[in-house]
Amino acid sequence: MDFSFTAEEERFRAEVSAFLKKEITDEFLRDFEARGEFDFCPEFTKKLAQKGWLAMAWPKEYGGGGATIMQQLIFSEEAGYFGAPTGAHRQGTNLVGPAIIARGTEEQKKRFLPPITRGEVVWCQGFSEPNAGSDLASLQCRAVEDGDDYLITGQKVWTTNAHRAHWCHLLTRTDPEAPKHRGISYFLIDMKSPGIEVRPLINMLASHDFNEVFFDGVRVPRENMLGEKNQGWYVSQVTLMGERSGIAFPAMCRRLLERLIQFAKETKRNGEPLAHDPIVRRKLADAAVQVEVNRMLAYRVAWMQHKGLLPMVEAPASKLMGSELMKWLTALAMEIMGLYGQLQQVSKFAPLRGQIARMHMYSLGMTIAMGTSEIMKNIIALRGLGLPRG
Amino acid sequence: MDLDFTQEQEMLRTSARDFLTTECPKTLVRELEESEKGYSPELWKKMAELGWMGLVIPEEYGGMGMQFFDLIVLLEEMGRNIVPGPFFSTVVLGALLILNAGSGEQKKELLPKIANGEAILALALTEPTATYEASGIKLKAVAKGDSFVLNGSKLFVENAHIADYIICVTRTKEGANPEDGITLFIVEGGTPGLKCEVVPTIGLDKQCEVIFDNVKVPKKNMLGKLDKGWPLVARTLEQATVAKCAEMIGGAQAALDMSVNYAKERVQYGRPIGAFQAIQFYLADMWMKVDMGKNIVYEAAWTVSEGLPATEKVAIAKGWANEAYKFVTERGVQIHGAIGTTRDHDMGLYFRRAWAGDVAFGNTEFQREMVARHLGL
Repeated sequence: MDFSFTAEEERFRAEVSAFLKKEITDEFLRDFEARGEFDFCPEFTKKLAQKGWLAMAWPKEYGGGGATIMQQLIFSEEAGYFGAPTGAHRQGTNLVGPAIIARGTEEQKKRFLPPITRGEVVWCQGFSEPNAGSDLASLQCRAVEDGDDYLITGQKVWTTNAHRAHWCHLLTRTDPEAPKHRGISYFLIDMKSPGIEVRPLINMLASHDFNEVFFDGVRVPRENMLGEKNQGWYVSQVTLMGERSGIAFPAMCRRLLERLIQFAKETKRNGEPLAHDPIVRRKLADAAVQVEVNRMLAYRVAWMQHKGLLPMVEAPASKLMGSELMKWLTALAMEIMGLYGQLQQVSKFAPLRGQIARMHMYSLGMTIAMGTSEIMKNIIALRGLGLPRG
Repeated sequence: MDLDFTQEQEMLRTSARDFLTTECPKTLVRELEESEKGYSPELWKKMAELGWMGLVIPEEYGGMGMQFFDLIVLLEEMGRNIVPGPFFSTVVLGALLILNAGSGEQKKELLPKIANGEAILALALTEPTATYEASGIKLKAVAKGDSFVLNGSKLFVENAHIADYIICVTRTKEGANPEDGITLFIVEGGTPGLKCEVVPTIGLDKQCEVIFDNVKVPKKNMLGKLDKGWPLVARTLEQATVAKCAEMIGGAQAALDMSVNYAKERVQYGRPIGAFQAIQFYLADMWMKVDMGKNIVYEAAWTVSEGLPATEKVAIAKGWANEAYKFVTERGVQIHGAIGTTRDHDMGLYFRRAWAGDVAFGNTEFQREMVARHLGL
C-alpha cells in the first residue's frame, strides 16, 4: 500500500490551496454572509470556471477538465477545507451535467453543457415531493403528453435555489400504471415557463435556500426529456458515477477542529486555558480521531472509483459518517464555547466569526439531504451485508 | 496512492486464513486458554515452518526479509482466528526490538532462533504502576562487576512463564526526566532470582507477574545503550500498538461476520432477525466501525512501515480499533441473544479479547491524551 500522493498531485493540491486561500478570505465570507447566503456565490463559481476547475471531472469533449478521480478528490478536499461555496454550480456540475453527458442527445449536450462549464447557469433539482422523500420513487408529479409537448402538474419541495435557478431538472410520473420505478421520466425545464410558482421555505438559520415549487400545466417540449420515456429513474442513477468520496465533510471538520484547538489555547476559563481542561482535551482528541478516520474512508472511496470499482456501500458510508461527524463536531464546538457558542454571526462578541451556531444548524440538514442516515444504513445492510428485506 | 495489497500480501492472507482455519479451531483456542503454557508447541512448530516467526527477520538471519506492513496482514488474520500463543510477544515485541536495537552479536545469536521457532520471547515493560509512560519504570538495574543486578517487579508481561528470553526494561538512573535513565536487558529464562506467575486475565492470555530478585545479567546482554533505552521502547510501542490494532480489527471482522450470518439464520416472528431494521442498523454500524478501522489501521501501519513520524496516526488508529472491537463484540452478543453470553459461544472469546486488546498499549483515554498532546493542547 502507499498512502502518499504523487509529486504532480501534491503540486496540484498546492495550486488549489493557494488559490482558495487567496479567494476565500474573511472579507469574502463576511460579504457573502451579509447577503444571507451560506453556500451560493455565482461570482466565485465563474472564477472556478476560469481556472478550469468547475467541470474538471467531465470529459474534455464536453468542455470538462478530464481530471482523474484523485485530482477531483484533492480539489474537493481543499474546497471543503476552505469552505468554498458550491451552491451556484453543484447541481449543474455534479448532477444534471453528468446525467446529460451519459444519457442526453447530441443536441441536448450542445445546448445545456457549455453554459454549465462556463458557470453561467444555476440549476435546481425537482426530485423530492411532500409524499416522496426517502421513498423518492413514489413521486406523483405528473407529465402528460399533449401533442409534441408534455404538460406538467404537481408539486416539488425542498427545492434548493429554485428561486435563483434558471433551469430545473425534474422527475415526473409518466405512467401511473407501471411499477413505481418504471413510470418516471426526466425533464429539463426552463424556470421561466408559465405555470411555475416558487414559494419560499425558510430554514432555522432564517436563510432562504429551500422552496416549494408548484407546476400547473407547465408546457415542456418533448426534446427536453432526458433519456427515454419512463426511464427517468435510471437516468437519475447515472450521477452515482461521479466522485463520491464525501471528502468535503472531514475536510470542513478538519478546518473547524483547527480553529477549535486555537480557541482552546487562547481562551481562559476559571483562570486556566481551556486547552488544559481534561474534558476539552479528551473531546478534541476524539474529534481528531473521527476526522482522520473519515478522511481515510473518503480516500478509500476515491481509490475504488479510481480503479473503476463502484463503491456501492463505501460511498453511502462516507456520506453517512461525514455528515454525522459534522453534526457532532459542530455540537461539540458549541459545547466548548459555552455561552459564546449561542451567538449569531452579527454579534460583536461572537468568536470564530459566529460560525459555530450557524454551522451546527446547517449540519442538521446534512444528515437528511441526499439520502438520510437511515437510508444509508439500509443500503449498507441490504447491499453490503446481504441482509433480507424487512 | 495505492490502497491495494500486493499479490504476495494477498497470498499470505489467504494461506494464513486457510492454515489457521484447519490448524487452530476454536476447540484448540479453548483448550489453550485453560492450559498452563497457553500455546501449542505443534502449532508453533508449523507456524515456524511456514516462516511466520521470521517474516520480518532479514534473510541473513534466517528470516524471510519481508516488511513490517506484511506482518500486519498476518496479524490481522491471527486476530481473526484469535490464535493463542507467544507470536506477538516473540515477533512484534521481541524480534522487532532486537532488529531495531540489537548489536551484531545479539542479532546473530537471537534472530535465527526466533525465525526457526526455537526461541520464545517476552517483553517485561509494565509494572504495578500500570502505565506505558517512562515514569512507570521503577525496576532497578545496578552495575556490579561484569553484570547488572535487577531488582523489582513487572506486571502484565505476556508469556514470561514460557519465555526463553525476557527483554526487561529497567531504570538505571533517577532524574528529572523519567525518559532518561532507562536501560534494556535481555534476561535468559530460568536465571536464578527470576520468578514468573501467570495472572488470570479476562483474555486468559498468560500475562504474568515477574519478580526480579537479585537477578544477575551479564553486561553484554544490554540491549542498546546504558540509560538511553526509552526511545527504543517508544519505537517498539509504536510498532506494537499498530500491530495490536491489526489483530483487533481482524477479530472485529470475525465477530461481525458471525453476527451477520446469525442474523440471516435466526428466525423470530416468522422471519430472519436480520430483516428487522433495528438489527440491520446495528450491523450497518458494526460494519462501518470495522471498515473504517481497517483503513485507519492500514494508514498507520504504512506510516510506521515507511519510517515516517507516526505517533499521532498510531494513537488515532488504536483509539478507533479499541472502540470498534468493543462495540462490535458487544453488539454481537446482543444480536445473538442469550446464547451469545455463554462460555460455549465463540462470541465471548472475541468479546473478552476486545477488552484485553483495549487495555494493551494504552486504552482509548490514553490514546486520546497522546493525540491531544500532538494537537498542541
